[in-house]
Amino acid sequence: MNRHNIFWVILISLGVLILGNAFLSEYFPGSVYVKAVEVNADDPDHANQWTKYRNANPRDYIKAEAEDPNQVVYQFSLSRTIGVWVAALFTLFIFSFLYRDNPFYKIAEAVVVGVSAAYWMVVAFWTTIVPNLLGKLIPNTIKEWAMPGLEAEVEFLYIFPLILGIMLLMRLSPKGGWISRWPLAFIIGTTAGIRLTGFIHADFLSQIRNTIMPIWVADSSGMFDFWGSLRSLIIVLGVLAGIVYFFFSIEHKGWVGKIARGGIWVLMITFGAAFGYTVMGRIALLAIRLEFLMDDWLWIIDPGLKRLGM
Amino acid sequence: MIQFFSKLDKRWIFLLMFLSVIIPIYIIGKTGLTFPEVPSVLAENTFNAIDELNEGDPILLAFDFDPASEGELGPMATSFTLHACKKKLKIYFIALWPVGPQMIDDNIEKVIMADFPHMVYGKDFVNLGFKPGNEGVIKVIVTDLRELYTTDDKGTAINDIPMMESINSIQDFELIANVSAGYPGTKEWVQYASTPYPDKIKLVGGCTGVQAPLLYPYIPDQLPGLLGAIKGAAEYEALVINKYGGEDPDPKYLEARRRMGPQLVAHIFIIILIIIANIVYFSERREAARK
Repeated sequence: MNRHNIFWVILISLGVLILGNAFLSEYFPGSVYVKAVEVNADDPDHANQWTKYRNANPRDYIKAEAEDPNQVVYQFSLSRTIGVWVAALFTLFIFSFLYRDNPFYKIAEAVVVGVSAAYWMVVAFWTTIVPNLLGKLIPNTIKEWAMPGLEAEVEFLYIFPLILGIMLLMRLSPKGGWISRWPLAFIIGTTAGIRLTGFIHADFLSQIRNTIMPIWVADSSGMFDFWGSLRSLIIVLGVLAGIVYFFFSIEHKGWVGKIARGGIWVLMITFGAAFGYTVMGRIALLAIRLEFLMDDWLWIIDPGLKRLGM
Repeated sequence: MIQFFSKLDKRWIFLLMFLSVIIPIYIIGKTGLTFPEVPSVLAENTFNAIDELNEGDPILLAFDFDPASEGELGPMATSFTLHACKKKLKIYFIALWPVGPQMIDDNIEKVIMADFPHMVYGKDFVNLGFKPGNEGVIKVIVTDLRELYTTDDKGTAINDIPMMESINSIQDFELIANVSAGYPGTKEWVQYASTPYPDKIKLVGGCTGVQAPLLYPYIPDQLPGLLGAIKGAAEYEALVINKYGGEDPDPKYLEARRRMGPQLVAHIFIIILIIIANIVYFSERREAARK
């Protein structure tokens, strides 16, 4: 048996153990319970009343069941339980890529891409097309059909976004593709304009102002603050050295070269800090997935004390 | 030994990293232990910015993240909401990410519905939901919120929501607290909200580790407080719980500090890997030079 087969035997054995343990347990791991909440319970018009299901702790379900076995406020949710199992299996599918590329990873990858695209499309329709375009052009129809809370008057100015949107769709036409360049130019122009002002104000001018700081820092009692002064000095010298490194009009020789070398050190320290933060972020993401697998799915741990007494 | 490390299959490193994260999670999950946190100046500034507000002051909680970054940002979003509830502030939720409203709903359910059931939707908190347009949204609502927000997330007309009466633009908020996973996020809030209106808009943020180094240049003038990744979340969480958590805080408010356990072990492992990799690199270079 080669190493590859051993790996799969171990993995399948683990899977059988997990499933066996799940089916033999008194409570099925990964189960999700919900609490039924009546919305508008006091409203005399029954048409405005409905039941909303909120996630509930398993311990609350057990407690309610012990007090009254016929209660219906806390319930087992099959759909949400399936959701937890699907999420867990897809997490494992994605993790499996760390060993090697395989069909399970491909399935998970394709589903993520497909679901994301569909989600974006639906969200864009309901948050952009309906309220921002149709809601401005035919507000009464939209109010009756989809958004009862909409209070808007017809704004004919929005006919232009509609025309630009249709022009953009011409990209799909084999002969009229050039028409989409006009709205695209508009999008690029406005985006560039908005971003330019933001960067000039917040990143260029404000950053210059932020670098102009006193080297001699005094504390609240007026005495010399050594650490405050050192901090200001490092910031000012670091900025200057970094700028000199990117100043290519003068050859980096002599004292210019030495300062530029200092600039490289500043950059390297910055990259190191960025790397450190990135590592921290990635470990946090791994930790939450493993916590999900052990807590919400397999019920091995219970840090949130959600299943006390089970 | 050098040869062993230079030819080591990277999957062994993946396995060791997996163990270095899962073992602390298991131990902490079983024992409930958390690590003590010493808050940094930035975490204290963030805490003070909210703590100095008065009862009834409006605060805008902008949740610009999605489930992919929930592990890093979820705990700080929870702490922000808890802190605002404890201070009895009027909370306005907003999202520039399409999945943001779900993050907001989770937070409302986890904190407000569970522990502050007396808070009334529309009077004490409101979810304005997601608006597409990235920084364009900020650019508009910084002067006229009603231009884009005609209804809340549920479709209720803005004019029918009592707590929206005094809000015409985001300049009317006493504080904006942003939880950011990328673009659009804290950077855009700095560029289009706090920088153009330094006297009227005060902004604090919490961000992923990848973003944090890019946001440090804005401190302290444009961004007085910043929670960098899970470490910043843990520090802020400690400050909130120490003051408002009571003697036996709910474990759901200790998430960030629990997650510092795997961070510690995994970081030690990474440091060891970096040292070994450098030794291997320089040894091989020396060997090559000798040949």
